[in-house]
Amino acid sequence: HQVLRIKASNEEQIQKLQLLETLEHLQLDFWLNPSSPALPVDVRIPFHNLQAVKVFLESNNIEYSILIEDLQVVLDEEKQDMAFSRQRERSTNTFDYGTYHSLASIYEELDNLAHEHSSIVSKLTIGESYEKRPLYVLKFSTGGTNRPAIWIDAGIHSREWITQASAIWIARKIASDYGSDPSVTSLLNKMDIFLLAVTNPDGYEFTHNENRMWRKTRSRNQGSLCIGVDPNRNWDAGFGGKFLLCSLSVPTGPGASSNPCSDSYHGPSANSEVEVKSVVDFIKNHGNTVAFLTLHSYSQLLMYPYGYKCTKPADYAELDSVGKAAASSIHSLYGTTFKVGNICSTIYQASGGSIDWSYDYGIKYSFAFELRDTGNYGFLLPASQIIPTAEETWLGLKTIMEHVRDNPY
Amino acid sequence: DIDNVGRKYHLKLVLEDIVEKDNIVNCTAEILYHLDNTNAAPDVHFEIEGELKNTEEQDNIFYNRIKSLKKELVAQNIPDSHGNVPPEMEPIRLLAQAAAGYVVWQNSTENTRYELAQIKRVRQVKRSDDYLEFDYMVLLHEFVSQEIIPWQMTVLWHPQHGVKVTQNSRQPKHAEH
Repeated sequence: HQVLRIKASNEEQIQKLQLLETLEHLQLDFWLNPSSPALPVDVRIPFHNLQAVKVFLESNNIEYSILIEDLQVVLDEEKQDMAFSRQRERSTNTFDYGTYHSLASIYEELDNLAHEHSSIVSKLTIGESYEKRPLYVLKFSTGGTNRPAIWIDAGIHSREWITQASAIWIARKIASDYGSDPSVTSLLNKMDIFLLAVTNPDGYEFTHNENRMWRKTRSRNQGSLCIGVDPNRNWDAGFGGKFLLCSLSVPTGPGASSNPCSDSYHGPSANSEVEVKSVVDFIKNHGNTVAFLTLHSYSQLLMYPYGYKCTKPADYAELDSVGKAAASSIHSLYGTTFKVGNICSTIYQASGGSIDWSYDYGIKYSFAFELRDTGNYGFLLPASQIIPTAEETWLGLKTIMEHVRDNPY
Repeated sequence: DIDNVGRKYHLKLVLEDIVEKDNIVNCTAEILYHLDNTNAAPDVHFEIEGELKNTEEQDNIFYNRIKSLKKELVAQNIPDSHGNVPPEMEPIRLLAQAAAGYVVWQNSTENTRYELAQIKRVRQVKRSDDYLEFDYMVLLHEFVSQEIIPWQMTVLWHPQHGVKVTQNSRQPKHAEH
């Protein structure tokens, strides 16, 4: 299609053009209709009728010029521009870190990060969820072969939205700070970081579409109508244990339930959940993970093992000191206070927890964070708090990672 | 431990105003969890150092606003999934927090920790007297079991007479499979 700009010089020519308008078989599309000689007339003409129209204009001495040689070319360019612009919009410059995102949107941003910082960030798939969603891990590395690694995961409990949101912010922070922040730079020059931003994607999707308060995986339980297993009761650490509360004369309390309908159901066996097994397999195959850090909400706690028993870990003194240093870093930014301690005495007993497994597996620096807040909004933390929470959490993580970097074992 | 009675805790705590973070008040309390009657709420005695903030002005503004509504107030999901609370709903949320405090107290044992997770639904009930009445359906989050428990509360409030929970009952979790 070609677009002509026609200049009528008098009323008579205008009338001739208006006549042209009535000839439907020419399939003319007037962008500017003939009205007065002072105004241009723009018309789109299908190629096969172009000659006929030009002959008409020329034989009537009506001036015209070609406005658009080939409309299709212009349209194709525009389409390309739009796609490119959408892609740019999707880039990390315009991803809104201060709002909660869908799974698809987070996954897209993981891709963007890997592409934009491809020299240090790559995206790995470590497995698939129960409903076959990919489990994406971002690897931050400046090279080497199987360097000592720091593992960070978020969103194992799907309703804890502040954790997935913080994780993606932290991912961008690590990527953009390499080369400019001395601490991150020296860290990545010696070690790798692996970040699993959405550990339980099935659950996360469910919190968006069906039930905001969903916690567990979405696996089917044999012999029960109830769905899902608490993925943080499913690790091989005191699995399924019943135990005492920290004060002696009180009867056994809950902590991991054997009831599939319970929100803390431990599952039929340790690692029964593919989401958990995928992480375990990854860590085992990697063979050189030196820190295991996991994000939860809420309560503002920074905890080290154990949860399945109330005895202190062998490295209690060091873990407590590192934990306190990290809590202090967190506090320095916005005054947010985190309590530090082992799981059992700080929060509650829980068997089958991830950091108990990682610690007993030999990963000394095993910590679990419970992020903001302390119950005012709970799981429904306002989006306006995402970035402040991510910023302070990052400081806490950094403190721990610096200690890990400086204390190889 | 008190033989044949229960277990008593002596607490020193700090109360923090959730609206104005800098507003803190020291408090001491004695909590007695009864040994036998697990249906009885724990006994609570407390003393606060100083005074609680005066909210008379905001209370009256809220009271008059609700009193002058043409239609009874109805709302859902406060906060919403993203933690948003429309400004005019904030007092409704704070009222639910206060009322839930009573429900939590009545249902607490040494093995529970309850928090108000969300208001699923709130409906104002018109009254002929001076009180405002709200029928709430809330979700309580119980920490130790990690369960989300629907709970109904009927709440009366008056700027001078305070909060009363006249009715409350645990609701069945509907088949959220």
